[in-house]
Amino acid sequence: MRFEHKDLLDIDSLSVRDISMILDTAEGMKEISNRPVKKVPTLRGKTIVLFFQEPSTRTKLSFDIAAKRLSADTISISSGSSSIVKGETLIDTAKNLESMNPDIIVIRHPSSGAAELISRRVKASVVNAGDGLHAHPTQALLDMMSVREKKGRIEGLNISIIGDIAHSRVARSNIEGFTKMGAIVTVAAPPTMIPKGVETLGCRLAPDIDSCIENADVVMMLRIQKERQETILFPTEREYSMLFGLNSDRLKGAKRDVLVMHPGPMNRGVEISNDVADGEHSVILEQVTNGVALRMAVFYLVAGGMKNAD
Amino acid sequence: MRIRLKGARVLDPGNIDGFKDIIISDGVIDALMDPCIELPPVSQSSSESNREVQPSVYTPENDSITDIDITGMVVVPGLIDMHVHLREPGHEYKETIKTGLKAAAKGGFTAVCAMPNTSPVNDNNSITAFMVSRAKELVNSSLSSNDSTRGSGVCRLYPVGAITKELKGESLCEYGDMKRAGIVAISDDGRPVENARVMRRAMEYAKGLELPVISHSEDINLARDGAMNEGITATRLGLKGIPNAAESTVIMRDIALAELTGASVHIAHVSCEESVDAIRNGKKRGVKVTAETAPHYFTLTDEAVARYDTNAKMNPPLRTERDRQAVIDGLVDGTIDIIATDHAPHSPLEKDVEFDRAAFGIVGLETSLGLSMQLVQDGRLSFGDLINKMSKKPALILGINNDLKVGNPADITVIDTNSFWSVNPKTFLSKSRNTPFTGFSLKGEVYMTIVGGKIAYQRD
Ligand SMILES: [Zn+2]
Repeated sequence: MRFEHKDLLDIDSLSVRDISMILDTAEGMKEISNRPVKKVPTLRGKTIVLFFQEPSTRTKLSFDIAAKRLSADTISISSGSSSIVKGETLIDTAKNLESMNPDIIVIRHPSSGAAELISRRVKASVVNAGDGLHAHPTQALLDMMSVREKKGRIEGLNISIIGDIAHSRVARSNIEGFTKMGAIVTVAAPPTMIPKGVETLGCRLAPDIDSCIENADVVMMLRIQKERQETILFPTEREYSMLFGLNSDRLKGAKRDVLVMHPGPMNRGVEISNDVADGEHSVILEQVTNGVALRMAVFYLVAGGMKNAD
Repeated sequence: MRIRLKGARVLDPGNIDGFKDIIISDGVIDALMDPCIELPPVSQSSSESNREVQPSVYTPENDSITDIDITGMVVVPGLIDMHVHLREPGHEYKETIKTGLKAAAKGGFTAVCAMPNTSPVNDNNSITAFMVSRAKELVNSSLSSNDSTRGSGVCRLYPVGAITKELKGESLCEYGDMKRAGIVAISDDGRPVENARVMRRAMEYAKGLELPVISHSEDINLARDGAMNEGITATRLGLKGIPNAAESTVIMRDIALAELTGASVHIAHVSCEESVDAIRNGKKRGVKVTAETAPHYFTLTDEAVARYDTNAKMNPPLRTERDRQAVIDGLVDGTIDIIATDHAPHSPLEKDVEFDRAAFGIVGLETSLGLSMQLVQDGRLSFGDLINKMSKKPALILGINNDLKVGNPADITVIDTNSFWSVNPKTFLSKSRNTPFTGFSLKGEVYMTIVGGKIAYQRD
């Protein structure tokens, strides 16, 4: 078995076998995080650039910890830092990064396709940490990892995703990933948040939150982004919460052992009520823990870790 | 100095279709004759049936004639592209009047209309005059002085003036003054005239000057932030979409305004089904509306964006297969009168970037005829229809007489309809290379372009 990809750009380009391999590797990595000395020498001497062109503390931290636990050196570059000159093109930046001879470049960027654009210009492996509205593959993989861990499988599960599907790269990657692994994905949101032809991504569209949740094994809530309000997607947070917010009453329609997930950060009281966020079904914090292990696995695999392990 | 084009089929739809030799003298068509007839002494030829007007006076000096054998080719009235962005003044690194007009000649065009969104904008007579004189200067600077059949390699330029000052959509430009300087139409192309009242006044005022109004139909609120067609490809790629309605609603408005004012409105770059329907309806109602589409809209769909190819990014965007078919149907039934290119040169500075930050537009002058010929190969348009859409109709709208008739300027395109060729941007005469058609295999190619009696382009 061998991981054949130089980059991790999106879920679309992964096979079922690729995804299984990443999840298996991540499970192995999780054990490292539970040791007293949380560090292995696997990627010693390797350089990982964290190139974040969009504000993000959590994802960046997760990648950073993952790299450090594998003993890689990390360099952080963000839009505010002096190494990025204003007006420099993404391709120039890529060439500059390349000249530092990194082994892996982790990129987050507000433009869809940016990770792919960079990957065509550099020899280093590129890991997409979120590009525009397009993809957030490590988030989807850690969500799949969390579900598989709790349920023992992904195939045949009912996955409900509720929220701004149109403007969510997390939703896109999760719909593609869970569908690919044999789950049945159903989405719901006000029609302003449903992209044209959403079914072509592989999911079903429910008319409202209750029918979306019905019989669900997993309910995944997406963050409502207040900063997107100028695009007039819904009248008020109050009304959104009333029609599409998850609360314990609504959750009764799902299976008894339903998992509640959220990629964070949450707007408590808007898309998810306090009691559900902290309740017995919530695996939101486990998602964060698994995020580190999953990203360790991704670094290990794109760095060629499995190449000697056929 | 005279030129005789020998052996070709001459097709001027509604005028001539047959094998004729064309004699060009002093830049004008001097005679159209049945082949194999000896060239008569010019002074005695006025009674000949195939001589239509009084010929030029015979003198030994002008009796020298250069024969150009173009057997197997088709001669048509010079093609006219009424939608081109030449970028000069202001963005000469993308295209200049010179490179644009040379690319046009290579594409078979004997004339192009230059849109006013230059920098500064062509919104007053001095910019119009600059463009006109620059083009004239280029025509007069002959490239090869030892071959008198050769021109300087450029075609004619007809500027389009802005509808509103600085394209801001607020106040009207001096159309009358600009018309004297050479504009043939008005448009704020690149931007819509958002305010319907301003558009109404522009149409009314332009009507008095017999200037057509070219509508760049786009609701910028609906299109805002959009990078490609709103549809399943955009959904998959995570790109914000531009819906068909962003185009069709403004077309409907401008047709209504043309009906209100009695003005002539020409709809630029029609890309989708709803727009075609709206124009068809407008024509049915007797509104003076004409329309154009561009080769990319009847050749490609939004799937061409594939992996964020910025050379497939233009405005309006490539649409779906259903829209592509509707555009072809519109061309076939005459709803769409014209094929124009919306030639929009951009450098790698604007195109070699993130998709949502890339500029809209592609070059089109050097691929237009080849791509449009595919409609003839596919049996959707007759060759005559195609020449109507690429030559006669634009001439009619712009008030240009390009009939192949004795006494008219010799603006002539010679087409090798059977030639196979493939698109190679490295061979473009345009300064820019932003085309999604690299590697396309096409049948039908420009063989020669004659502008004002001189050869502006000839295939090697
Ligand atoms: Zn336009």
